[in-house]
Amino acid sequence: MKKIYGSAAEALEGVLHDGMLIAAGGFGLCGIPELLLNAIRDAGTKDLTFASNNAGVDDFGIGILLQTKQVKKMISSYVGENKEFMRQYLGGELELEFNPQGTLAERMRAGGAGIPGFYTKTGVGTVIAEGKEHKDFDGETYILERGIVADLAIVKAWKADDTGNLVFRKTARNFNPPAAMCGKICIAEVEEIVPRGSLGGDAIHLPGIYVHRIIQGDHEKRIEQRTVRTA
Amino acid sequence: MAWDRNQMAARAAQELQDGWYVNLGIGIPTLVSNYIPDGMDVTLQSENGMLGMGAFPIDGEEDADLINAGKQTITELDRTSYFDSSTSFGMIRGGKIAMAILGAMEVAENGDLANWMIPGKLVKGMGGAMDLVAGVGRVVVVMDHASKHGDSKVLNECTLPLTGKAVVDRIITNLGVLDVVEGGLKIVECADGVTEDELRAATEATIV
Repeated sequence: MKKIYGSAAEALEGVLHDGMLIAAGGFGLCGIPELLLNAIRDAGTKDLTFASNNAGVDDFGIGILLQTKQVKKMISSYVGENKEFMRQYLGGELELEFNPQGTLAERMRAGGAGIPGFYTKTGVGTVIAEGKEHKDFDGETYILERGIVADLAIVKAWKADDTGNLVFRKTARNFNPPAAMCGKICIAEVEEIVPRGSLGGDAIHLPGIYVHRIIQGDHEKRIEQRTVRTA
Repeated sequence: MAWDRNQMAARAAQELQDGWYVNLGIGIPTLVSNYIPDGMDVTLQSENGMLGMGAFPIDGEEDADLINAGKQTITELDRTSYFDSSTSFGMIRGGKIAMAILGAMEVAENGDLANWMIPGKLVKGMGGAMDLVAGVGRVVVVMDHASKHGDSKVLNECTLPLTGKAVVDRIITNLGVLDVVEGGLKIVECADGVTEDELRAATEATIV
């Protein structure tokens, strides 16, 4: 089965629908599926819910879909860098569900692994625990969190082979593997598609079973906080 | 007299132990990495998916794929390993990280911590702070003892929404070091030039 598509728009054909839940990889602007986000903007799909650690900045990442008002709800741990996000949220145009970062990552991993819920200590005694089932194990209290299964996962990797095996680079791995796992369909955008066998089976970070469509393209890879030391 | 930011960071660095894996929060906690004693083997975790965090890069060597949890460009070390976010928080939640050193807005005498949200102000999110305080072996808070208005931030009870309930082990402020113990806080030491009476007077929380 052919997994490689010619462009982000082609890879998204027949996949997008209004009101869908999309899991997106990335941390800040690092390792975000920037080409697929651009293509979703161009497709005009509306009322989207994104499970994504962050919401991009005003003109990059998920921020571009906020500008076009295509996003109905965000499930995120930190949204601090986006003025348009705050404007829409404070104006009641955008729903926001805060998840602790590790809870969000585990909700994605669990959803992809067939686990509908799990207990965690994270958030016990805080607003995050309100309305959730509490249960004691070995003298400690935990809360029940649900796994996420997304209609679509969009991720960014460094390299892929044509079977969808992925390799990530440095901290650009972040949320991409758990996001990929929780998608009913996963589309990966990569910097380079390499010949089958050249990645080495022991070096694969995410097996191709989780990846249904692949595109290759040029990435801007914007830096959010350029910080240097004097030599 | 009291400790400045760097002296607070240097004091917090005395909490480190050889062989520990440690997570440092944003702000003064980040400065702690400048004071790791020579010869001590400490590995810094960045919760976006890295163990063995190095210094900031020199100009021209920034890598968009290599950032810390504050989204700043950083470098790797020869011991560095990378992993995904669910693995990263697995090691946090699973108690593999020996200690987190974090900033705070308020801390209470029972160890309650508030550091993510001020109602009525812009809410940015808790990021990984709730996971860290719930999961790591030891939580050390580094903060100014009082607000800009002079009010104690070391309280009987937190007024802000909590990041974690009864999670703080030790508090390091510009005025001294306090431990969370049965019944309240215990003075461990006073900052340079600060008397125990001054520390008590500046603290709302019960000191036992």
